[in-house]
Amino acid sequence: MSDFFHMGGYAWYVWGSYAVTFACLALEIILLVKRETKN
Amino acid sequence: MKWFWYASPQTFYPLAGQFARWCGLAAVVLTLAGLYIGLFVAPTDAQQGEAYRIIFIHVPAAWMSMFIYVVMAFWAGLGFAFNTRLSGMMAAALAPTGALFTFIALWTGALWGRPTWGTYWVWGDARLMSELILLFLYFGFMALHASIEDPRRADRAAALLALVGVVNIPIIYYSVKWWNTLHQGASVSLTAAPKMAATMLTGMLVMALAFWMYSIAAAMLRVRGIIRERGA
Repeated sequence: MSDFFHMGGYAWYVWGSYAVTFACLALEIILLVKRETKN
Repeated sequence: MKWFWYASPQTFYPLAGQFARWCGLAAVVLTLAGLYIGLFVAPTDAQQGEAYRIIFIHVPAAWMSMFIYVVMAFWAGLGFAFNTRLSGMMAAALAPTGALFTFIALWTGALWGRPTWGTYWVWGDARLMSELILLFLYFGFMALHASIEDPRRADRAAALLALVGVVNIPIIYYSVKWWNTLHQGASVSLTAAPKMAATMLTGMLVMALAFWMYSIAAAMLRVRGIIRERGA
């Protein structure tokens, strides 16, 4: 399991990519859902 | 005809809600499948090690960034030519999602470039520069649209910018062929065992499909917001 998170030494690059990507998408979803429920 | 019926924002509004719901659901399922393939099933790349797993989001995001721009310019052009209200709304609804995928492509590209090329960013590389220009085109479209108060006039002005900017898309696409760039044509080695290449390709295609569904859902939700706010 720790091997998985270690990503062969590329953890920052791999998880930095995945984390920022899904954070961006989550933020857009939150903003859109807020706009949808607001009015 | 039904297509003209749906060209009116009021009749399109509930349809957009259905699109958003089902495409959103498909996006969740496909993303989970894509992540499973990309992170667990696909084997380690012989040359790049685990760093190559970034391409499962980088390549689909880069495809989306270009594709959304073409669709945005298509709607913008349609609205410009026929003065249909929904077209301009669709173009405006696509821009932020397109900008988001452009940013993701640049960000993941930088994080992939560092371990692979030894650098996060290269000024003057044709592929990187044209993708950066794409981000500025999206920002320019949104800023111009936001700066004009009358939404119909904003649609028309932003449409011109979107149409002029379309020339950048083939430049991005062919940049790796036209210029000798650091960015290689294909990032995954297909010379490895065919089975391995197949799972990599599958993972990439599933993620691409997930981003497609996500983009449709996001644009449909946003166009609903625009329709409400314009009181159409």
